[in-house]
Amino acid sequence: MTTPIRTELSVADIVPFGQPLPGRDSRYGFYALTLEKPEWKSWQPGQFIMLRPSEGRGRMLARPFPICRVTSQSLVLFFEVSDPGTEELSRLKSGDGVIVWGPLGNGFVMDSERPALLLAYGSGIAPFAGYADMHPAPERLSMVFGHRAPNSCYPTDAMASRMYMEDVLDRTEKEREMFRRSMLSKLEECGEAGGVCLACGPMWFMSWVWENAGRLGVPAQLALSSRISCGIGACLGCSTLTSSHWPDEACAGLPVQTCTSGPVFWASEIDLSEYAAERSS
Amino acid sequence: MDMRIELVPGLVLKNPVLSAAGTFGTGREFQPYGDLASLGAVVMHGVSLRPSGGAPQPRIVETESGILSAVGTPNLGVRHFVERELPGLPWSDVPFIPSLWATNVDDFSELSSILSKEEAVAAMEVNLDCPNDHRDGRKFCLNPVTAARAVNAVKREASGKPVIAKISPQAIDIAEVARAVEAAGADIIACSGSVPGAAVDLADRRFSLGSIEGRLSGPAVKPVALWCIRQFAGIVHIPIIGMGGVRSASDVLEFMLVGAAAVAVGSANFSDPGLIFRNVEEPPALCAELGIDDLSSFRGGLVG
Repeated sequence: MTTPIRTELSVADIVPFGQPLPGRDSRYGFYALTLEKPEWKSWQPGQFIMLRPSEGRGRMLARPFPICRVTSQSLVLFFEVSDPGTEELSRLKSGDGVIVWGPLGNGFVMDSERPALLLAYGSGIAPFAGYADMHPAPERLSMVFGHRAPNSCYPTDAMASRMYMEDVLDRTEKEREMFRRSMLSKLEECGEAGGVCLACGPMWFMSWVWENAGRLGVPAQLALSSRISCGIGACLGCSTLTSSHWPDEACAGLPVQTCTSGPVFWASEIDLSEYAAERSS
Repeated sequence: MDMRIELVPGLVLKNPVLSAAGTFGTGREFQPYGDLASLGAVVMHGVSLRPSGGAPQPRIVETESGILSAVGTPNLGVRHFVERELPGLPWSDVPFIPSLWATNVDDFSELSSILSKEEAVAAMEVNLDCPNDHRDGRKFCLNPVTAARAVNAVKREASGKPVIAKISPQAIDIAEVARAVEAAGADIIACSGSVPGAAVDLADRRFSLGSIEGRLSGPAVKPVALWCIRQFAGIVHIPIIGMGGVRSASDVLEFMLVGAAAVAVGSANFSDPGLIFRNVEEPPALCAELGIDDLSSFRGGLVG
């Protein structure tokens, strides 16, 4: 794992995706934020960073963002405006300063021999942009992507050109059912081909993947990021319950910090049954 | 300028800036962001006798006024702490101070007995500021008599290690609690500025925290913390560690002016992992700017 660094970076660009939201003063709901490239020795798709406006500005807590991609010049993040903190970040302008610490946590497995099914929901698509860029055999990748906002709100173009991608709207009960059927069918295929499933999205979606990948015996890695507040394991605010298969016996069956033990977990090593029960109630 | 502080004989800090318990992990978490050895001391996360899973989610929410949290001291128990977390810490370079959390006096005593044997432990903080009555969820340590019993239980087993009593601003008479813990053997008093609070999620029509009630921290509580220290700074004769909303070098000096011997950085550590290290670097320049050449004569030197 790379040692994270704290660094002050400047905003190169911030680009809205999709259409302005109705009734929100021409504000958009999704943004790609491009920062100058940090001096990281390496990084892995699935890892994340914490970001806040520069000293003396902004709300108290930074926000966690999965690393979308890193180019020769820049670090690119993709985020949805979901609270006052991300609303504030959406108002950043080119040249503004931000504080970033990362890369944090662990990343997804990347294996050129094994097919990988990527399951993403909404802005959970972000880490898969970098994953598709870096994968040595993108022809072995396929994706099912569910979303409520129009397709133009998400950075799908580059990914669609590198792998098979099924794009499913999820606005009605019928569409939700179709989305689940697509994921189930792909999960079954993935299991038969000896592949691995990688998923990123909101907790209801992750608990669905956890439950169904487990039921079908498909090895799966889940990137969990909800409730990360400090990103470094100090605040103890984010936690994920481990299962009896957790590699460190001392922690098996107990909560571990999502930010430092994850954010990417093997599904078999954690227990999301509480969220699964909540989803079905 | 010499920033060293001798809190009590044998506990000398390079400077008056510490971490606050529960905001700094074991200290290891912050090693990528600064030199731990530059800090005055590292007050570590809470440790209980047995493993504790902590509070239900959500545990932390951000409000307009600061961070509201109810974390519940999740930890793997004191044995795990001693065997897996203490080894390898740079304790010869900076004092490490675990924060003891228990639901009764006997557990406090046993925790002290275990931790006092550890060379890596420079002192022990008794957390009297957490919900710690297993009978009805109230804080038995708000009461001067029970707070004193908890401190005395730790002190008796401390093998001479300094004992820090962390008292709550919720005490009905905070000066009375401060007097009681001093009489019970506390070597140092720490006073937290975090105050009880709740937040609601309007869309979900629920309380935002899983535990409903939490503690509000951040700049909003700094005046509460300064008020607390004023209540007992001239009454007790042991050093005070002030905390609550500390973010900057000027905050550090404000707490010292009111009477704190040292100052702890708390939830600001969540905002920026480099902040505490800047709070160590910046006070000497600010002291020079303000014409402060001796911290001991500056401390408690309010005019009027």
